[in-house]
Amino acid sequence: MVQGNTPAPGSAIESVEDTPDTLHDTFTDSRGSRLYDHFKREWQIYVMLLPTIVWFLVFLYKPMYGLQIAFKDYSIFRGVANSPWIGLEHFETLFSNDQFIRAVTNTIKISALNLLFGFPAPIILALMFNEILHATYKKTAQTIVYLPHFISSVIIAGIVITAFSPTAGIVNTIIGWFGLDPVYFLTQPQWFRPIFVGTGIWQEAGFGSIVFLAAIAGVNPSLYESAVVDGANRWQMMWKITIPSILPTILIMLIIRIGNIMEVSFELVILLYHPATYETADVVNTWVYRQGLQSGQYDLAAAAGLFNAVVAFVLVMTANTLSRRFSQTSLW
Amino acid sequence: MMNWNLYSRGDKFFAIVVSVLIGMFTVATLYPFIYIAAVSFSSGFAAQAGKVVLTPIDATLEAYGYIIKDPQFWISYRNTFIYTIGGTLMSLAFIIPGAYALSRRQLKGRRFLNLFVAFTMWFNAGLIPFFLNMRDLNLLDSMFGIILAFAVNAFNIILLRNFFEAIPQSFEEAARMDGANDFQVLWKVFIPLSKPAIATITLFCIVSRWNGFFWAMVLLQSEEKIPLQVFLRHTIANLSDNDEFAIVQTDAAFSAETVTAAIIVCSIIPVLIVYPFIQKYFEKGILLGGVKE
Repeated sequence: MVQGNTPAPGSAIESVEDTPDTLHDTFTDSRGSRLYDHFKREWQIYVMLLPTIVWFLVFLYKPMYGLQIAFKDYSIFRGVANSPWIGLEHFETLFSNDQFIRAVTNTIKISALNLLFGFPAPIILALMFNEILHATYKKTAQTIVYLPHFISSVIIAGIVITAFSPTAGIVNTIIGWFGLDPVYFLTQPQWFRPIFVGTGIWQEAGFGSIVFLAAIAGVNPSLYESAVVDGANRWQMMWKITIPSILPTILIMLIIRIGNIMEVSFELVILLYHPATYETADVVNTWVYRQGLQSGQYDLAAAAGLFNAVVAFVLVMTANTLSRRFSQTSLW
Repeated sequence: MMNWNLYSRGDKFFAIVVSVLIGMFTVATLYPFIYIAAVSFSSGFAAQAGKVVLTPIDATLEAYGYIIKDPQFWISYRNTFIYTIGGTLMSLAFIIPGAYALSRRQLKGRRFLNLFVAFTMWFNAGLIPFFLNMRDLNLLDSMFGIILAFAVNAFNIILLRNFFEAIPQSFEEAARMDGANDFQVLWKVFIPLSKPAIATITLFCIVSRWNGFFWAMVLLQSEEKIPLQVFLRHTIANLSDNDEFAIVQTDAAFSAETVTAAIIVCSIIPVLIVYPFIQKYFEKGILLGGVKE
């Protein structure tokens, strides 16, 4: 019965095995013995799965149990289970904490800028790649623009810090050519977001275009052929054929992006920010990092992390539902 | 359909404008790397004074000479190799059998187990509980801890499980008739048929291990255990500290800038070496990954 999903044409062994099983079921039917037979026959897949399940329990689910410290007065000596409950006190502290509110606002503002400038960039890039006829030129350009995606954030930050340095950096060298004074880009709050979002586009726009290029490759060529017959030019074809055809992909990617609004790449923030720029740069996860891992206020920081995770979860679930609904109605 | 000879004048103009724009973006992508390489080969004075634009000024290997004499550079370089190779093998040891089991239809509680895995993509306990858990497990400042604690992620398991599920049943039936068990079917049928997917996951693991920084910084205290990225971070932190004083030494053969740039070059080179191999697979990989949960 358990093997019912295996039609096994010509598989003598399995059909022989199936018969006593069925008999067994009809005569001495008991759930226990059926389970016993199942595990006896299929134990190997459970052995294969066990390490992964244990790993998830130990490294991902056990920390979820540890999240209860967000509602506790946590002390290292008492441990997670024995620290006393204090209800929502940490959340009250959080929402009356200006720095935390600022971190939430900054997270949303940085994500909004990323969405506004970072989201269209790979689409425009993909549309442009699609217009290039010379295969080698296209391939070479693609190879280069995908590269920064594979570079670590420490190196990216190192490049940014070197390039924007007030004395040594190329950016201030160029500013100097125009006779202007050097700008302290990395210690002035108003420059953090443009630099951060710009770095993100430089690093990810190329790689992000792959998804849209794949969508463009899937457009029915006969649409273009009939457009040529009708005398359309490339610009018109891009607007009337390519963009409408990849619209479902664009919408799904947009929904995913919105779902990830709480996920600012905080590793890069930690590497690029400075106490002087916290005002615009500090996001929820960097705040959690400083409060928790640097100042040792584990319970309060865990509460902030929980808040972030719950908001992110709701956003992602909504996005998933929307994109599922959308991909069902879309044609591909 | 895309034929230059059939292009109207306007189309040709459009194609040329687009090619130029793409060229500009490509150059803008490449330029920072060229700039960093130029800084790394320049004299400390030239770099500090901001004279480097495209090519090395007062070309010298002093910065490289300085880092290869620093034992910490070699220690962290070696550690990065250990984390990358050890971590990737550990990941595959969990992910391949795990994905195989989750792809089997006879697995009891398969729906629940798949949800159990996928849920971690959407909800994460966050930094603090993860850190405290690592401390409770006695895995702080442990190389093995780093290798084990980041071995598995839901995305890679699901990607491979989807690939396994798409393998037609007829492939394994021949092996089953020869009396193969699940371990043999996985080893002799599924793994050879899934080379592109496994290569993709391997490359994802290699890249994320090679670039891994945040948790290595948080969890490792001993200098002899830190990977290259953390070492680079320490060097850059010193650089920005010096920046505030803006000390320009006129006779410096190397400076914090050139040394940082040299370390960046050294840590990018292995990425550039494997990049052609990565490129072969990652386009496939991200499209495979686009498949729903």
